[in-house]
This record gives sequence, C-alpha cells and structure tokens, in this order.
Amino acid sequence: MSSTERQLLSGDNAIALGALHGGVALGTGYPGTPSTEILEYFSHIGGKGQWSPNEKVALEVGIGVAYGGARALVTMKHVGLNVAADPFFSAAHTGVVGALVVVSADDPGMASSQNEQDNRRYAVAAAVPMLEPSDSQEAYDFTLAAIEISERWKIPVLLRVTTRVCHTQAPVQPRAAVPPPQPHFEHDLRGRNLIPANARPAHRRLRQKLSEMAEWSETTPLNQIIPGSKKLGIITSGVCFMHAREAAPDASFLKLGFTHPLPLKKIAKFVRSVERCVVIEENDPYLADAIRAAGLKVESKPEMFRFGELNVDRVRRILAHDISPEPTRPPGKPPELCDGCGHHVVFQALKNLDCIVAGDIGCYALGVLPPYSAMDCCVCMGSSIPIGLGLRHVLPPAEAKRVVSVIGDSTFVHSGMTGLAEMIYNRPPTGHVVVILDNSTTAMTGHQEHPGTGRMLDHSATGKVIYENLGKTLGIEDVRVFPLGKDCAEFQKLLVEALASEKLVLIVARRLCILAAKSIREYENRDKCATCCTAQEVLVS
Amino acid sequence: MKKTVNVVIAGLGGQGVIKASDILSEAAFRSGFEVKKSEIHGMSQRGGSVTSDVRFGPQVLSPMISLGEADFLVVLAPDQVEVNRGQLRAGGVLIAPDLIDPAKLSNRKSFNVALLGALSAHLEISEKKWRSAMHAVLPEKLHAANEQAFAAGRQVGLSNKLKS
Repeated sequence: MSSTERQLLSGDNAIALGALHGGVALGTGYPGTPSTEILEYFSHIGGKGQWSPNEKVALEVGIGVAYGGARALVTMKHVGLNVAADPFFSAAHTGVVGALVVVSADDPGMASSQNEQDNRRYAVAAAVPMLEPSDSQEAYDFTLAAIEISERWKIPVLLRVTTRVCHTQAPVQPRAAVPPPQPHFEHDLRGRNLIPANARPAHRRLRQKLSEMAEWSETTPLNQIIPGSKKLGIITSGVCFMHAREAAPDASFLKLGFTHPLPLKKIAKFVRSVERCVVIEENDPYLADAIRAAGLKVESKPEMFRFGELNVDRVRRILAHDISPEPTRPPGKPPELCDGCGHHVVFQALKNLDCIVAGDIGCYALGVLPPYSAMDCCVCMGSSIPIGLGLRHVLPPAEAKRVVSVIGDSTFVHSGMTGLAEMIYNRPPTGHVVVILDNSTTAMTGHQEHPGTGRMLDHSATGKVIYENLGKTLGIEDVRVFPLGKDCAEFQKLLVEALASEKLVLIVARRLCILAAKSIREYENRDKCATCCTAQEVLVS
Repeated sequence: MKKTVNVVIAGLGGQGVIKASDILSEAAFRSGFEVKKSEIHGMSQRGGSVTSDVRFGPQVLSPMISLGEADFLVVLAPDQVEVNRGQLRAGGVLIAPDLIDPAKLSNRKSFNVALLGALSAHLEISEKKWRSAMHAVLPEKLHAANEQAFAAGRQVGLSNKLKS
C-alpha cells in the first residue's frame, strides 16, 4: 500500500503518502470536501491520523506537535482555514521546530462548498510560504518539499491544492521514506509567548524569513521555466498548468510551484523574454495582481473566467481573447435526502409549522430544496444557533416564536457549542429552540467519525460527547431526546410544545444515517465484543 | 495509440460511476498508459448526477475532458443520456444503458461493469488487464459476478461494433 512502486493515486492520497514518507508523526484535520481523503488514507497506510472537533483545534494540536520537534500535517477545506486562521497567523510568528504543513483544499466552482474563496490570499496575509502542486506526483513531491521548507525556516507552510488536484487519480512514483526527527522539547519563552513585547521582534523575524525565502524562490526548481515559442509566454500554477500546457503546447511556460513569496526577478526575466505574456490562474487574479504590482506587463484573464474552474477550452478562450458566452452543460439531477433519512420528518414538521429556520452545513442543507423548501439560511459551520438568536432578538414576538435553529451532530461539535453558551448568556425574551439532527456521523463528507460518535478516525472506541448532558450542564432549560421514526406527527407535536413554551429548548433528534447505519452497528458490536473478550482474558489470567 | 483517449462515465449517485472509472483507469494504467481520472465528489452521494472523466494515452495533461471532446460516453442511467450527450465529440461512441439487459446479469449491481465490458470492445486494453484491474479494485466476493457482467457486456459491445 505504501510501497515505493509507481502507482495510481489521487492528489489527496499522494499527499498522505508524502506525509508518511516524510516522517509525519501526527495528521490532524476536520473533514471537508475535497480534503477529507488525505487523513483517511494517511491512517489507512499506517500513519497516525485523527479528526479534531474543528480546524482550529486541529491546527493547534499540529502546532503542539511541531513545538515538540515532530512533524505535523493539518488538513482542511478552504473555508476550514477561516476557522483556523487565528492560530495560523500566530504560528507564523512563533515559528516551529518540527515541520508544520497546513493543507488547504480549495474548491473553485464550488462543487461542494458555500463560497469560492482563494486561499492563496492567506499565504500573503499570514506571511507564510506556499506550494501549489499541479498533479498527484507533485502533490507527493511538494508535501516532502513543504516538510523541508518548514524545518529549514522554522515556519508553517501552506500546501494549497484544489478539487482537480485532490480528486484526480494519476501515477505517482514514490521515493524512499526519510527518517523522522526525534521529538524533544526545548523552552523558548520569548519565542512562543506572543505578548506584545515578544510579538514585535517575532514579526520582524517573520519578515526576515520571508525575504530569505523570496531569494530562495528565485532558484528553487519548484519554479520551472519550460522554454518554447517566444511569441507567447504563460505564467501559471497548480492544475491550470496542465490545462494551459494542453491548450498551448508550443508556448513558453513559467510554471510556479512555490507561489509565496514569489520569485519576482525570475518572473521579470521571463516576462521580458516573450512577446506576449499571459497569466493563467483560477479564481482570484493572485499572480497577475502581484506581477503587475511589480511593474510588469502581463495579461490577466477577463472577469468572466474568475468564476468556476478553468479547463482546456476556457484557457483557449482566454488566450484568444474570446469573451463570447460559453456553452453550458444541461443541469443534472440535483442531490436529495436519501429515502429513510431521519431528516425528512424534521423538515416536514418545520414546513408544516411554517417555521423560520436557521440552518447549517451538512446533508440537511438539502432541506432548502423541494419538497420541503424549509431552510431560511445556511451560512457557515455552527452559524445556525447564533443567527437564530439574532432573529429572535429583533423580530416581533409572533415571528420570533417561529424561529428554530437546526444543526447536525458533527457541525454542532465543530462550532455549535459556543452558540449554546450564547443562548444561555443572551437569552431572547421568547426563548429559543435548537434541534440537533443527530445521525451519528459526519454524513455529507462520507461518514467520518467525530467527538460525538465515540469513535476515532479508524472507528475504534474512545471518549464521547453526549449532547443532552452537555445541554443540561450548560443550563438549557428543557432538553429532550427524540428518536426519529417515519411518523412526523409526534415530532411536530414536540416542536409545537417547545415553541409555545418560550423556554430555551434543546431537542436531540436522533436516527442513524441510513447509509452509515450498517457500518456503525458493526463498529458498535466489535467494540462490545472487544470489551467482553478483554474481560474474559482478565478472568482467565 | 498516439492520441489521448477520452472517456466520460455518467450516472447517478450510488450506481457505481466512480467504481467503473476506477476499474477503467486501473486497467489503462496496468496496460502501460499514462492515466488521469477526475470527478467531482461531495454532493454526489445523495443520488444526484455524477460524472467521471478518464483520460489515457502516451501523455495526459489536463485531467478534465472539455465539452464535446469525449471519444466515448458511458451512461448508467437512462435519464442521464441526454444530459450528457454534449460531452461526446462528433463521431464519438455512446455506450447507452439500454445496451445491457440487467436480467441477464448474475448480480444487477454489476451493471456498471457490464457497460465497461461493452466499452472494452473499442479500447486497446487486453482482457487480462481488465480482469486484473477488476481484481485490484473490487473485493474478492464480487469478482465472479463482475467477470460475468463484463463478459456479457463485452459480447454485446463486440457484436455492435461488427454491425456498425
């Protein structure tokens, strides 16, 4: 599985293999398309990988690993880095001992995301180096390079990938594994305590590292010139290189793999060596803006190509200045809640009662689509509870009393708990009703475990967060557990009572995800069996 | 084979589109070709439309097949044929679901592999490589049913190719 034979791997799996061969001691993260498979595969091939409640926690654990002199891999989708941004910026200031590689998997075209943010901006904002692989082989190679760069400059490295790198299978030739460093701790009170007196020199150190890396980026083979026709030069990075190389095989290329800090001298020389220079990149004009700000004349893509993924056809259009309307694919069949999914009952009741529903991120976001059309907003992880509270605070009482927040179990653990604290602290006069849709898995991303399932990434048993106990401990006035069946009437009755009570109500509406139920029962039986077998062994011995 | 071969496999979540493209890309890889296979995951599991692009040949650059550039379009669900027809180039080959009668398969879930069998009649990949790819991708208990489905599909593919 983790052999050094040439093999077909997705970009995600190639990152995992690179991390394993690069001596990563611990991989952490929170599931999110298109990043999820990295940690799963890392664990599958023998690495130690674990899900954290959210990306901020995952990164903070990773920082601890790197402070301890070991190597850490932290994975997340692009919006996950928003959650982890606080430690990300500060870790750049404190620096690290062992490598800290942060993978941001961006989703141009939003195949499975709530926005199309371009996380290359984060490398600039946090002042960290950034690598952008263009295929699976580079995903593997650049993971190893990121580990080296991180340890050389003692700084977190952003490994920025996109959906078409993560989810494309392509051949990878692995190398021999490198030995990991021995973890050890050395005090560095001034370096890692970011009180203002320490943070000021830390910022200067960080800028010094960046200027050294800017020099290094001029000569690293990660930034590669492919000579071709002098009539057309293309500057590009990531998977766009593949599209552009196919669209314009005769052009000269400056393929950037190390995209922050940029090799501006190398770029200037390349721009001047060709008659026409075009920057090909998805989403924001990150490269084009930086190159133009350096006073160089390059073409960027027309605004219409800022939206969605690029492909060979779109690159041809950019090169031909073709801004005519593009052919569109007919819409396919939209996804829907599975038959037998517990969410059906909840959304039927919410629709019947004409509730104002603050929703959240997960399968249940499908509640916004017909036949229910029963979700009024879905913004970001954990937002359902605070947004519901905001609505309760200002709406006239008759409307306020119809507001319900619905949130999935994994999302609740991710960032719903602070919403409950807010609910108790700033109680709306009409109370509030929160429904946790507990299907005992992170369903949307493909059934990952989380702290509320009581099982670790590899499905072995561990400690478990119990929502109803948590709610009671926090001081929620009325906590109910409701086993969801097929009948909507009982749940609707409960919801009517909860709304009328004007109390703070937490309903844990529970039913195993229909797709995961079989596996979950198998894990549970295995755990039960393990417990009783161990007990017998104890008795025998 | 000098040119890159472009195959789009389309269907609905749960039908085995991704599994079929795994087998195809593994078979092409084992035949010594460069391969890229790309699809959009995520919402697909909830019964929505899924497509997977497989490209193989001496060199493959972009992982994506642009509209109207597929040499082969394999469709698993009848209602996904028209939605995806635009993927085919002029003269490209459609492997439609009505080619195969599911009743003739020892396991109806192997329908995806039966269509791969029909596709295989058009590709320079040996039966031996197809079999080893199926064995690599599928659990052992499914090997017999899928080999039967593949053979049934291949027969249909070969006889249709002779007719055309």
